[in-house]
Amino acid sequence: MAAAVNPTSLESAPRIMRLVAECSRSRARAGELRLPHGPVATPVFMPVGTQATMKGITAEQLDALGCRICLGNTYHLGLRPGPELIQKAHGLHGFMNWPHNLLTDSGGFQMVSLVSLSEVTEEGVRFRSPYDGDETLLSPEKSVEIQNALGSDIIMQLDDVVSSTVTGPRVEEAMYRSIRWLDRCIAAHQQPDKQNLFAIIQGGLDADLRATCLEEMTKRDVPGFAIGGLSGGESKGQFWRMVALSTSRLPKDKPRYLMGVGYATDLVVCVALGCDMFDCVFPTRTARFGSALVPTGNLQLKKKQYEKDFRPIDSNCNCPTCQKHSRAFLHALLHSDNTAALHHLTVHNIAYQLQLMSAVRASIVEKRFPDFVRDFMGTMYGDPTLCPTWATEALASVGITLR
Amino acid sequence: MKLNLTKVVNGCRLGKIKNLGKTGDRTMDIPACLLYTKTGSAPHLTHQTLHTIHGVPAMAQLTLSSLAEHHEVLAEYKEGIGKFIGMSESLLYCSLHDPVSPCPAGYVTNKSVSVWGIGGRVEMTASKFMAIQQALQPDWFQCLSDGEASFEEAASIKRARKSVDRSLLFLDNCLRLQEESEVLQKSTIIGVIEGGDVMEERLRSARETAKRPVGGFLLDGFQGNPATLETRLYLLSSVTAELPEDKPRLICGVSRPDEVLECIERGVDIFESFFPYQVTERGCALTFSFDYHPNPEETLLQQNGTQEEIKYVDQTKKIKTTSCNQEMTSFEINLKEKKYQEDFDPLVRGCSCYCCKNHTRAYIHHLLVTNELLAGVLLMMHNFEHYFGFFHSIREALKSDRLAQLKELICRQAS
Repeated sequence: MAAAVNPTSLESAPRIMRLVAECSRSRARAGELRLPHGPVATPVFMPVGTQATMKGITAEQLDALGCRICLGNTYHLGLRPGPELIQKAHGLHGFMNWPHNLLTDSGGFQMVSLVSLSEVTEEGVRFRSPYDGDETLLSPEKSVEIQNALGSDIIMQLDDVVSSTVTGPRVEEAMYRSIRWLDRCIAAHQQPDKQNLFAIIQGGLDADLRATCLEEMTKRDVPGFAIGGLSGGESKGQFWRMVALSTSRLPKDKPRYLMGVGYATDLVVCVALGCDMFDCVFPTRTARFGSALVPTGNLQLKKKQYEKDFRPIDSNCNCPTCQKHSRAFLHALLHSDNTAALHHLTVHNIAYQLQLMSAVRASIVEKRFPDFVRDFMGTMYGDPTLCPTWATEALASVGITLR
Repeated sequence: MKLNLTKVVNGCRLGKIKNLGKTGDRTMDIPACLLYTKTGSAPHLTHQTLHTIHGVPAMAQLTLSSLAEHHEVLAEYKEGIGKFIGMSESLLYCSLHDPVSPCPAGYVTNKSVSVWGIGGRVEMTASKFMAIQQALQPDWFQCLSDGEASFEEAASIKRARKSVDRSLLFLDNCLRLQEESEVLQKSTIIGVIEGGDVMEERLRSARETAKRPVGGFLLDGFQGNPATLETRLYLLSSVTAELPEDKPRLICGVSRPDEVLECIERGVDIFESFFPYQVTERGCALTFSFDYHPNPEETLLQQNGTQEEIKYVDQTKKIKTTSCNQEMTSFEINLKEKKYQEDFDPLVRGCSCYCCKNHTRAYIHHLLVTNELLAGVLLMMHNFEHYFGFFHSIREALKSDRLAQLKELICRQAS
């Protein structure tokens, strides 16, 4: 893939990202975000705490794991408990008592995930509430209004999201509409000095549409860009090509947030492709199903093979779960009705993700990122030739070969 | 192990148990409660969140019903249940059953007792029972016993007699097996007092069990609803009068604050702490006051506050829960109620628990309404801390001869 020239940002545009190091081979970068609730080292994985809670773990536990930014969801919080209440509670930070940064999604993704309950028009998205059947219109203005009340450090534009498996004119319609909605969000945003509004690049799996979207949205004066509409049902081959196209056309001096990506391999590859921020429900969700993430994949701890396995999940992991407990104990606890089992795994899986990102970052700073990638793939797949084809191709496209 | 009584006031014993644990250097103040666990873990809590709680008891209660099915694993592990569950610093008492989910009746024979785990029934003869204890290596364990005489409404004398005979037989067998086990030398057998509701049999059980070299006594068969306990309180006094002063008396199935005090007055030392867990499971928070210090202004405020709670609660008290089949008490508030939606106060003003220091009633309400796991975590942290604080106040009240005031305060708040 020919290297494209990254556009330079407008002089006046806010800079919330400071680049600390860049990989000389790939597009990987290490940096630091300066956000209202403190600095955040990048690349960063952001755990998802949809309804003002990181599932079963406390704010204190999350802080102790080193998390400095996590997600909340506008659609869900907008319904329960509602923006007025949260505002009375001193914003989402006050309501959930989280001292660090928060990023809120706009509610756009729910258009896809709750497609049977929603209807999209130029005005906005009309949702039927699953709880009481009430109808709500989520417009760009309304989404920003709710997010202003939530007070999150990074807010997302409302985008017209279509599933990546959709083809045809709907994709183009959604892409152009997302640009118009971006402008409406920018206009509606009441607190640009306190909250950073990110644009979301759409265009599905069509390179031309994506390129158009990139060209248009990068003309807007926003502090950061997200790459959206991916991480759905598309093939990995199409996925990485859209990510690479996007990062090649996004400004270097602003953060690139790849939405919905969280599998370890995907994280490492997409860092190589030039992404800085990631979020995904996968680690926390899979924990609640008894699955622990490890450098070689995952351990389904409910399975009989772990019944007498007295080792910790990962002997190299620093998390409280691995410091104190064995796979055998967790196996027994997972077969009980004590929810503590789920919390142990949630703690571990978040630790795994954050430790992974930390290690990635260190390798970029210490100028050994390509070696790190090779080690990582070797551990995960046993042999470089067993690494999935799409990953090998993606890495090769930015100059990293797996021996 | 040695129990030193500091004082006895109106039947209430204040004291200290010394030389506890494998290394013999741990102590425990009585009256005390045990940390309630399910499958070796405090409900909802990891080691991290558990240790944010102030006043966690020195001894935790494990239940054989949740652990017996893991016997093989523990035998292979060899290092004992304490280390296996990550609680090596804690003293451990292993009871037969889980006080929250009592087992079906009809499975005790002359030769065996059954417990019910997730995987189903585990039948244990004395040998198997002791083999399991050998794998667990707890500090104390309830001896195998027949507790079913107390299940029936009016158990026959014959049934009551059988429960005593069987339990003594089990006890003698287990004591003999303990002598033959090197591993179990450091574990203490707790003898179980049975006898249903038949005074004669209860006394016989107490006297006979006291003749054996047990480390303490478990008063079994007093659990039930508040009404049934009341009718059995007279039995309780008679039983404890037969027991030696220098050994601890445990009771199972009694955990409500008012019932705890009644039992302490009748010579009981150690209780289970499953009540705060039941409160948690119904989305409620303990709010009862145990601050008995006579401060007229404060008392008035407390009274007014309490009256209000009681008034509202009376209307909604009949909330049954799914898992525990228990009704809400007037010792608690129900955070699911709409009135807490915009209440930005902590659960209990002045409470030093993690939940009250960091979160509001409105937040807990939101977590309950959205069915989030964190609700259980935060409520458990608060309810345990509140309950442990209550036990601390019992000891303090006894120390300063103020138990009558504490009892009066608790009774005022009881339904």
